Amino acid sequence: MSQHDNNHEHHGIGYGGLTLVWLGLLALTSITVSIAGISLGEYTLFVAMGIACVKSILVVNYFMHIKFEEPIFKVFIGISLFTLVVIFILTYFDISFR
Amino acid sequence: MANGTVALEEKSFYEESTNRWNKGILAWIFSTDHKRIGLLYLYGISAFFLVGVLAGILMRLELIAPGKDLFEPQFYNQLFTLHGVIMIFLFIIPGLPAIFGNFFLPIQIGAKDVAFPRLNLLSWWIYVVGAIMALISIVLPDGPLDTGWTFYVPYSVRSGTNISLAIMAAFVLGFSSILTGLNFITTIHRMRAPGMTWFRMPLFGWSMYATAWIQIIATPVVGITILLVVLERYFGIGIFDPTLGGDPILFQHLFWIYSHPAVYIMILPAMGVVSEIIPTFARRTIFGYKAIAMSSLAIAFVGYLVWAHHMFTTGISDTSRIIFSLLTFIVALPSGVKVFNWVATMYKGSIDPKPPFIWVMNFIFLFSIGGLTGLVLGSLATDIHVHDTYFVVAHFHYVMFGGVGTIFFAALYYWFPKMFGRMYNIKTANIAAALYFVAFNMLYFPKFIMGYMGMPRRYYDYLPEFEAMQQISTVGSWLMGITMILIFGSLIYSMKKGKKAHKNPWGGVTLEWHIESPPTLENFHEIPTVKTEPYDFSQLKEMDYESK
Repeated sequence: MSQHDNNHEHHGIGYGGLTLVWLGLLALTSITVSIAGISLGEYTLFVAMGIACVKSILVVNYFMHIKFEEPIFKVFIGISLFTLVVIFILTYFDISFR
Repeated sequence: MANGTVALEEKSFYEESTNRWNKGILAWIFSTDHKRIGLLYLYGISAFFLVGVLAGILMRLELIAPGKDLFEPQFYNQLFTLHGVIMIFLFIIPGLPAIFGNFFLPIQIGAKDVAFPRLNLLSWWIYVVGAIMALISIVLPDGPLDTGWTFYVPYSVRSGTNISLAIMAAFVLGFSSILTGLNFITTIHRMRAPGMTWFRMPLFGWSMYATAWIQIIATPVVGITILLVVLERYFGIGIFDPTLGGDPILFQHLFWIYSHPAVYIMILPAMGVVSEIIPTFARRTIFGYKAIAMSSLAIAFVGYLVWAHHMFTTGISDTSRIIFSLLTFIVALPSGVKVFNWVATMYKGSIDPKPPFIWVMNFIFLFSIGGLTGLVLGSLATDIHVHDTYFVVAHFHYVMFGGVGTIFFAALYYWFPKMFGRMYNIKTANIAAALYFVAFNMLYFPKFIMGYMGMPRRYYDYLPEFEAMQQISTVGSWLMGITMILIFGSLIYSMKKGKKAHKNPWGGVTLEWHIESPPTLENFHEIPTVKTEPYDFSQLKEMDYESK
């Protein structure tokens, strides 16, 4: 792999793009903080988790370069996430039916 | 199989250092050689194992007669906690992957070292730091923790003993485990020799791969849980403590989400070792190679889904109890696949019952009892009767000690000539295996009966009706102590004075048996090209091995 390819892969979207992602993360953090004071009832958890998911996707894809890596790394993350989701679901079988 | 493994008279890894110190302890504790790191783990883990054995023998001594014999109840509580914490976190979790995984995984896949040698050394140092923290927690003024190795809340939040330091030791040890797992996954993906396809990889490699995945995915869960307990103790954040609105069952969920898969961190490498030893001593290729390889992955995955079977009597919902009971029965399937394939491998094989093979036979017998009694515990109705009794203690000792502990010795006897270049006394090893079998069953089998009769675990005292069986168990612990002295005494003697071992004393065909004993620093003179299946014994015709 040439030096050029290496650089291309390393930077991914360049500094401009990274700055945009960073600003996006800051905006999402502001939203999380802002809506913490609003009573959304049973949707509170889903909204907070939804925003956190979007932030994670941004960090994983751009700051951790997964978007630009080989498919095997995506498979690894997919397996880990799948395991996490299964653990959540199984735990809810206890919490929800107690 | 291995072109290029030229037998040159080169220095062994004992004579060649990876750092600027050629000799002495610094050449070892700062070495990045995977073999030296494996041996460092061996020495440390064995020392802790013997401390754990001593704690166990002392516990059994207190139980020789009803009432107080030697210690106060509080000291007894601390003793069984110490025994559990040492055996779980310092011996059995790191045992096989850190010692034999480090030493043999790179060699078996035809690599010169692991993918990240420095990270590997860091893992060992983190293990040492974690172990020192655990030891300090024992001697500090408030005394060793007394919660049992499971650290259950709310008691672990309220106990006045050195809980925080001890559980932070477990937190630190977790990092060692994660980094080792990371290293092994990368090594297996990136460093297999030319021709070493996934399905030409020895089954020990497959089991280490599955184990490494559990180490990476599950260990952080217990790390976070431990941090939450520490926060709860210092700041009363109310996550687990019911008086603050917390949920103590949540702790058990989080704890077992790690600690049940951790059972497979322990047992999967052991199963990998069994899959190495049986073909070698049956002189026959393994039966159902792909089924065994895939069953390792299946165990690793399904192992994540069964944790709440440790919690059937804690008040979790009926729905989840039924689901987890079903899933628990499912995890027995891939384990059964392995056992049947091992037995099928031996069928019509040319069996040479040398010590490693005899230890594996011990394993199959003891582990089968452990596994089958696990189904009694996984079944909802019977679990109500025997939960928190000696039945559980007997079950997990048959699985953990009878399974993983036995294979720790099997692996040691199998690879000892390769690791140290010397051979031990076969007769002594056979006597040790026989003694171990008798001692083990004397020590633990009475606990099944006592548990079924209602003897609760972790109790300092007991009713007179249990006295005879408690005494059989205690005498078994003495016999086990003698067996350990015999094993370690003879092996330590052989390390120094044993006769020089042939490079392939058993007639094995995986890559480690193609190289010198002990191996050279970079294992291979030239990276081998693999052309055959891992257990193709037709290679033996062209290989140099010690005949019967």
